[in-house]
Amino acid sequence: MRYEIQLTIDYTYESGSDRGRNIVRLLPCFIPGVQHVEQARLIATPFPDEERHLIDFFGNSASHLVWHNPTPAVSFSIEAYVERLQGDSMHDMSPPLVSLHKELIASRSLHPESPHHFLGPSPRTGPMSAMTAFAKDAITTSHSTLEAIEAVGHALHREMKFDAEATTVETPPSEAFEKRHGVCQDFAHIMIAALRGVGIPAGYVSGFLRTFPPPGKPRLEGADAMHAWVRAWAGQTMGWIEFDPTNDQFAGTDYIKIGHGRDYSDVAPVLGAMRSAGGHDSVQTVDVIPLDH
Amino acid sequence: MSQDINTDGLREDLFGSYRVTPGVADELFDAKGNMRPVWARFVHRFQHLSTYEIRTRFERGDQYLRDAGVFFRQYSTAPLQERAWPLSHLPVILHETEWTTICAGLSQRADLLEQVMADLYGAGQLVSGNHLPAELIAGSHHWLRPMVGVTPRGGHYLHYLAFEIGRAPDGRWFVLGDRTQAPSGAGFALENRMATGRIFPERFPRAHMHKLSNFLNAFREQIESLAQGAGGSPAQPALLTPGPSNEAYYEHTYIARYLGIPLLEGEDLLVEGGRAMVRTIDGPKPLGALWRRIDASFADPLELDAQSHIGTPGLMEAVRQGNLSMVNALGSGILEMRAMMAFLPRISEVLTGAPLALPNIATWWCGGAPQRDYVRKNADRMMIGSAFAVDLPFDLDATTALGGEFRDGAQRPIADWLEEEGASLVGQEAVTLSTTPAWEEGAQGDHLVARPMTVRIFATRTAQGWQFMPGGYARIGRSPDATALGMQRGGSVADVWVVSDKPLDQKSEPKRPHRRFRRPEDSLLPARAADNLYWMGRYIERSEDALRLFRAYHLRLATTDNPADPRLRQLNQYLKGYGHNLTQAVPDSLIERLEAARGCAAKVRDRFSTDGWNALNDLLSTSQRMSRSAVPGDDAARAMSVLLRKMTGFSGLVHENMYRFSGWRFLSFGRALERADTLASILSYFAGPGAPQGSLDLSVELADSVITHQRRYRVETNRDTVMDLLALDVNNPRALAFLIHRMHELARALPNAERHGRPSQLVRHLLKMETECTICMPEDITPEWMTRVRHNIIAVSDDLTAAYLR
Repeated sequence: MRYEIQLTIDYTYESGSDRGRNIVRLLPCFIPGVQHVEQARLIATPFPDEERHLIDFFGNSASHLVWHNPTPAVSFSIEAYVERLQGDSMHDMSPPLVSLHKELIASRSLHPESPHHFLGPSPRTGPMSAMTAFAKDAITTSHSTLEAIEAVGHALHREMKFDAEATTVETPPSEAFEKRHGVCQDFAHIMIAALRGVGIPAGYVSGFLRTFPPPGKPRLEGADAMHAWVRAWAGQTMGWIEFDPTNDQFAGTDYIKIGHGRDYSDVAPVLGAMRSAGGHDSVQTVDVIPLDH
Repeated sequence: MSQDINTDGLREDLFGSYRVTPGVADELFDAKGNMRPVWARFVHRFQHLSTYEIRTRFERGDQYLRDAGVFFRQYSTAPLQERAWPLSHLPVILHETEWTTICAGLSQRADLLEQVMADLYGAGQLVSGNHLPAELIAGSHHWLRPMVGVTPRGGHYLHYLAFEIGRAPDGRWFVLGDRTQAPSGAGFALENRMATGRIFPERFPRAHMHKLSNFLNAFREQIESLAQGAGGSPAQPALLTPGPSNEAYYEHTYIARYLGIPLLEGEDLLVEGGRAMVRTIDGPKPLGALWRRIDASFADPLELDAQSHIGTPGLMEAVRQGNLSMVNALGSGILEMRAMMAFLPRISEVLTGAPLALPNIATWWCGGAPQRDYVRKNADRMMIGSAFAVDLPFDLDATTALGGEFRDGAQRPIADWLEEEGASLVGQEAVTLSTTPAWEEGAQGDHLVARPMTVRIFATRTAQGWQFMPGGYARIGRSPDATALGMQRGGSVADVWVVSDKPLDQKSEPKRPHRRFRRPEDSLLPARAADNLYWMGRYIERSEDALRLFRAYHLRLATTDNPADPRLRQLNQYLKGYGHNLTQAVPDSLIERLEAARGCAAKVRDRFSTDGWNALNDLLSTSQRMSRSAVPGDDAARAMSVLLRKMTGFSGLVHENMYRFSGWRFLSFGRALERADTLASILSYFAGPGAPQGSLDLSVELADSVITHQRRYRVETNRDTVMDLLALDVNNPRALAFLIHRMHELARALPNAERHGRPSQLVRHLLKMETECTICMPEDITPEWMTRVRHNIIAVSDDLTAAYLR
């Protein structure tokens, strides 16, 4: 499936800001055989005084943008053409959950793909006993790792209500979980904490979802904004798989990935703000238009 | 139970209570109970002092520390509480031969740590080769992912280290902890040495001790060479502090001043074009090296810990682009992780082919089944705690188990804990530290007691290898319990003397090449420091103005004894408008102003003389004391006079002793501006057209110009004489014209006072005001004229702020 992606995020500042520095992660990434980027560009307004494009630890492309002078407003927009292919078939080759730990120990590496980065606490997802207990209830000892991941995702989707108004980007996952509602970011963080709680390495994926559903299918939740889902480690052979707890499905051709990290803080679309006395406001618009019919 | 010691020839009153525990090494007595030769001569001399003399000498040391303003910040109690430096007056004495052996071992260890650091942020072979568990590194928030693949400028990660070492029962030294993140204490070591110099000033022992200063000279050279940019472009080093609320802030100010490098906070910096710069009153200036005293993850809220309020966005990028050296490299905190101790002995063999010359505290990571079993079986002689913690072993917290019991008395069996959370736990052999003499004041007289101790050794990289500070710093326990060493727990700190048998010929110490004298440029002034100096000037003046007003009020109250007196009412009403409550003899509002002035001074202590700082503190504490006792009327008036004299003392110190660098100009500008504003306000209120009888006299009195007025005009006050003297006279230091002229002069001496042949906006503004005062006649001064002056004063403050203070 080919897509045209249009996104704009506008920030306005109450009182004019001093120098600004942002790290922006908005461009779709290239995944051989899965996601091919035909064209992608990022435009920041006003034109930044400095611009550097780096690859971060997890392999995401990160644009460092710097403004030397005060600006009352900044806007980021992207335009991209991406082809999303059907990846390998989801044949379950994962180990039984009970023996995942052995494979984990055998993986002696600090490489960005190593599962070890995704098991301990991360800035936005510390250990949360309520989510661990929830995950334990959702799985059985006979589950394979893949089945366990799916079971936790299903259970969360059953339990949690999608509510675009209920939480903000700063709401801690524990609060969203307690109230059993939230947006895709909350769903993802809660699932990450739940999976880590039962020993499954899990991370956060940032990206887009197609805005217009295929004919006869319902519109997906969260399609009018940027989206987030989960990647989980299903053992040495299967590696990383991606699951979307908000829509209760594995991430297929409806999903366009930007990047991943341990949680939101590693792949936030726009990091950093202007040095400014007052508050700021932001507005986001996204369109992900399928080009094939 | 205690071991026999040979106390022949020792004074019973001093040594009668000194107990050496069997199975514990002692610094003073060897294993056979005989005094160690390195102590003998010192003890012999010490014994000849009377107890009275000993106390007097100790008091002299404490007095030095108080005068020097040495304190450390105590956490957890009332906000920003400061505590006197807890000096244990007796030194720890070590022989230079033993010291050399220790340093050789630490040198090997420092090189090893550098190699581990390079691997953890480079090839990662220690993990892939199964010498370090991946989960420990990846699970620690001190391992900073943005640093992976970044090679530090100059090639080295570590430049300045500290090691906490202790002596085991068998007499050998071992390492309790590596301090690689931002080791503190070197400044305190210097102060320890200064204080013990007051206590034991004689040629013996002083001539036998190795000096501490060479070490800091070597370190200064190291950071200066690190600061040199590519192609030798000029850039300077600086010290980055978390700010006044940090427990070691005093040390930061002290050592920055000692090394002659600027003391900066995160908001003083910005990163532009991949270079770290200081925001100065003269625009951004490049920095080449930062001796950071903040944890690495706080250094950059953009790429590291987003919660940090003490960092600078972009610092990581300056490091990545190779434009900024960090002492030590960001991410060095990973080496402090407790679990690291479990693997270092093996890593040493793997990387260098040699065992550690100086062992570290025996440590087992409970993630491995055999180690976990071992810890469980030996739990009664273990400290069990977080594998990821970076505290020293004796800084136990509530979730640490010692000797098979939880510190907080939790009910859970240790075995279950190990089984469930083993991968995040380590067991460390319970420490048995050596004891050393400490002075104890007791009901039965003062005497020496044996207390546990650890020694902290500082190391700096030099072109010739690692160099160590010879002594200076030991921690002494408050009780025989080895876990009561931390200062936050009431432990104390002692000087460490590394001594030679013969007097050291100080001349034979390595001499540095003599550099040709060059008068240095004015050091750069960070905008934030200038801002604090400016506001300190304003708050000081605001306090002084209030003091004068209060004195006038209470004098009048004392002479009329009639609160309904119209002039008293007028004064009262005026003061109320500024938030002063005159039912209090020393209003809270005055103390708040002085506190604000002190708060500003505290942020620029590195630029402030100790005398000035003490004078300011004295002013504040005197007013606090007076506020508890003074009563309105005559008593309060006298109190105000005392405070005014103290205020004048402080101003004199600033005026007579402070070097005329830019900082002084901002301080003076603040005072002049505030004084002008108060004066304009007083003239508007008390010398306006409708002011009641006698209020003209009052304004002259408030401006401290009564005698001048009598001498110059020889008539009763009238509006014209008052306006002439207090508004338009350029020779009266308490006249608007004088103050505006003063601000004008100061503004002209600031950087960029003129650009492209044109005066700056600030200078233009002041020039206009000055001219207006010059051409104005007393009768021209209307209330509107005065209002315009006050508006202009505010505008001048805004100009100054916009041009220099952000």
